[in-house]
Amino acid sequence: MDSRAFDEERPRAVAAVSSSGTAPAVRCMGVVKRFREPLEADEAEAERGWRERIGLLGRRSRPVEALRGIDLVVPAGSVYGVLGANGSGKSTLIRLLATLLLPDAGRLEVFGHDVVCEAAAVRRRINRVSVEASFFKSLSAWENLLYAARLYGLPPRAARERSAAVLERLGLPAQKLRARVETLSRGQQQKVAVARALLTTPDLLLLDEPTTGLDPRSKREVQEFLGEIHAREGTTILLTTHDMDEVERLCDRVAILDGGRVVAEGTVAELKLRFAGSESADMEEVFLRCTS
Amino acid sequence: MHELSAGWGLLERNFHLIRRYLSWEAVDFFYNVVNAVTIALIGVRGGPSMVLYLLVGALLWNFLSIIFNEVANSVQWERWEGTIEYTFMAPIRRLTYLLGVSAWAVLYATLRTGLVLAVVALFFRMPLRAADLGAALVVLLVASASFIGIGLVAAILPLMSPERGAQATHIVQGALLLVSGVYYEVSALPVWLQPLSWLSPATYTLRAERAALLHGAGLGQLLPALGILVLFALVTIPAGYAAFRAAERYALRTGRLHRNG
Repeated sequence: MDSRAFDEERPRAVAAVSSSGTAPAVRCMGVVKRFREPLEADEAEAERGWRERIGLLGRRSRPVEALRGIDLVVPAGSVYGVLGANGSGKSTLIRLLATLLLPDAGRLEVFGHDVVCEAAAVRRRINRVSVEASFFKSLSAWENLLYAARLYGLPPRAARERSAAVLERLGLPAQKLRARVETLSRGQQQKVAVARALLTTPDLLLLDEPTTGLDPRSKREVQEFLGEIHAREGTTILLTTHDMDEVERLCDRVAILDGGRVVAEGTVAELKLRFAGSESADMEEVFLRCTS
Repeated sequence: MHELSAGWGLLERNFHLIRRYLSWEAVDFFYNVVNAVTIALIGVRGGPSMVLYLLVGALLWNFLSIIFNEVANSVQWERWEGTIEYTFMAPIRRLTYLLGVSAWAVLYATLRTGLVLAVVALFFRMPLRAADLGAALVVLLVASASFIGIGLVAAILPLMSPERGAQATHIVQGALLLVSGVYYEVSALPVWLQPLSWLSPATYTLRAERAALLHGAGLGQLLPALGILVLFALVTIPAGYAAFRAAERYALRTGRLHRNG
């Protein structure tokens, strides 16, 4: 199937789910997001005026479209994967859903709540793990978790019990809670980030490359744990990743982004059949065929 | 209740951060003490009143600067640590966040300035027999509110410009230091600059504090200055909050909180 033909079918499919009555976990309709990107050094040099030269003005920039009319539906209770090359718009999509960006056009809903007009309602139902560890690095893991618990109105005792249970399951010894985050390895920091996101039992967990940079064992521990959480608590998971095995292992459905557009969407088996001709094909082959 | 817990969480978090960066605090504290003592020593030839006049300026400027910096740099600090997105994604009102930051600023400034005062008192005999300390304290609290308002306005700068915003807050602070009569009477300024002193709450704070500490002025006599400071707070806090919200929307629209991919 040609990805252009797929592009034309998407809005109709999203509208069909929209009229079905039950609110999906995520619904994106014609979402566009633009940023300004600094010019390359040689282009900037050519356009520099006297104000740039003496530092009065910053570097010149040009507009770039990170998302170009995304239509997407993530069913409640599913694990939904978003694949895409670097710069394809995956993190931008996650940030829009996390109420950390405003769309330039289109509409995004989380469990029926508009992310722009009802940001507070959305924030109560989500949490996010980003690719970079966003912690106060000089504080201990526990001090960071306590801060998160306070922000979400969780009593410290409940926060300690829950985070200790999660970290134990992820193979991080309880005494590591007292260690400064800056002394923990990347894998350990990411496990603390997962524990922090799950403190609040979110209905929608946004995971932006949560296993990037982890060793195989840590990666497997995090993946298994996410599978358990999904099975036990019915948490909807929206996961961006570059790891094809992770997608095959965890995701019910997958969308592939390329240049800010959804170029393919379906179950892993559907995508393999559609783009590689066989359900036993490699997911990496599907990815390479879909992306430029 | 949840908002209260979040506000407390901000105080607790900042306390933990101070504890972790205690060596920075010690260096800052040492500098504050030396700065206050050095400035007060300039006035020794003018007698104890002159010393007290300069000390009030140094200590009060220290107090107001801490409040201003804590509020104005709260965003910059979180941006530096990489936590700003996590904090801004939490289901709390932005007002709660800003009130938590402001409450911490007042508590921390009071403690730090109190400690500096305690050490500086070992160097000088301060003629406080005539002082109305209660009135001086009231002025300090009311002035805090108006400085929080200005801090909120300055806090938008790091939101709007991640690279230069924090440095730009020094311009605001420097301008207030110049025009407010911290170490000299406003009348010492060039005539064309003097009207700017009317726009600084520090001008009225310093005048009222000096009147209370040097001349024993009571609350009754300080009412006009207190009224102006209350007015400043009533204008700058809502204006600062509105500006912060507008700057936050700008940051969300342009991806200034953070962006990659």
